[in-house]
Amino acid sequence: MSPTDPSNQPAADALLRVRGLQKSFGSNQVLASIDLTVGRGQVLALIGPSGSGKTTILRCLNGLELADGGTIDVGGELALDFATAPTKKQLAALRDRSAMVFQHYNLFPHKTVLENVVEGPVVVQRRPKAEVEAEALALLDRVGLSAKKNSYPFELSGGQQQRVGIVRALALRPQLLLFDEPTSSLDPELVGDVLRLIKELALEGWSMVIVTHELEFAREVATEVAFVDGGRIVEHGDPKQMLRHPKEERTRQFLHRLLFPF
Amino acid sequence: MNQSAWELFWTSLGPIVHGAIAGTIPLALASFAIGLALALGLALMRLSRRGWVSGIARVYISIVRGTPLLVQLFVIFYGLPSLGILIDPWPSAVVAFSLNVGGYAAEVIRAAILSVPKGQWEAAYMIGMSHRRALTRIILPQAARVSVPPLSNTFISLVKDTSLASLILVTELFREAQQVAAFSQEFMLLYLEAALVYWVICLGLSSVQSVLEKRLDRYVAH
Repeated sequence: MSPTDPSNQPAADALLRVRGLQKSFGSNQVLASIDLTVGRGQVLALIGPSGSGKTTILRCLNGLELADGGTIDVGGELALDFATAPTKKQLAALRDRSAMVFQHYNLFPHKTVLENVVEGPVVVQRRPKAEVEAEALALLDRVGLSAKKNSYPFELSGGQQQRVGIVRALALRPQLLLFDEPTSSLDPELVGDVLRLIKELALEGWSMVIVTHELEFAREVATEVAFVDGGRIVEHGDPKQMLRHPKEERTRQFLHRLLFPF
Repeated sequence: MNQSAWELFWTSLGPIVHGAIAGTIPLALASFAIGLALALGLALMRLSRRGWVSGIARVYISIVRGTPLLVQLFVIFYGLPSLGILIDPWPSAVVAFSLNVGGYAAEVIRAAILSVPKGQWEAAYMIGMSHRRALTRIILPQAARVSVPPLSNTFISLVKDTSLASLILVTELFREAQQVAAFSQEFMLLYLEAALVYWVICLGLSSVQSVLEKRLDRYVAH
């Protein structure tokens, strides 16, 4: 067992198991060797300085970046070994398991809110349009945006756009939700709505990996937090424990800088 | 203008407008449609990661843009027969103009595709789309909006360039004007009249362009 494997997690319950994940861009090694495990219904928060590789981890999980080495295992039924390049089919299967919420929302500007949400389920997953739309409207209603279903993204505030981004991810019915700094582009007064929604989803039992700088949020919502630096997971553990009493000096310095920026 | 000049103006308007309707406009429309399809293919080739694929497109575009349209037209109509390839005036003109538009519009479309933010590709992949589907459903509709103004320019240039087809015996607007001019010896009047009809056609196209831009702009903040 790798040293960073959370020993408190029974293997059978693991939804996501990553081992030895490596990624370089040219001569720049971004991920040295990443091991992480996410159990079903668990929330893993990735924290760390910018350029540490945490976003690259997320992108590898969704196949937006191809890892150079290591393995990703989802649900015990899909195992990818990046020692050899995955086939298109394997990559599609990997994407199928997870859905991502982007820092800059990345909504489709030429489609309405409702069209943004149903595009994947209808066009890619080929589910019946009426059923998907009903489900999408229920989700939009839940985030308080059903009145905006025919609006275009530019007509929405950042917070509204990000909630649509979350609904778009949910509508794909993924096993795992990936959040890439979901509130970093938002005006401060809009952050709360989005974080509250993510917290609700966590309480409902969605499995998630969240890259975030919101330490308070990580402490409250995550079941585990991992500090990423230099392409490695330096330290991980229970959020309440680790964020208060980090064992590693680098973690301590990072937390200190976040808490006392000047 | 005296009365006989007016009379000539009105009587010659018939053949000139006929030349526009039967020659210039269909020639421009057909060439633009074929040229756009070609341009899309060339633009995608240029964006290919395979060096030889983008190389072929690059060389093609360079030749089209680096040689005069009139020369291209003459090579096809007067040159190819010496290789045993005989093409009638009309199809010759369509071939030449399509190949020409293909080269110019390819760069416009390529730039428009590149102007769509990378995050749009990523969001499309994230919801499970293949490259082809992401291109057709997410990227190209957004690229279309960006490329309407420059492609309108290409089309307006094309409409005027079809006057070159008069030199390979295609009956179109300018050739009709030339014939009346030769017959009546009123060169100034007839060529200004031809210019006026081209201008009116292009005015119409400009208004189509602004309608199209408004339509495509409905999802963008102003």
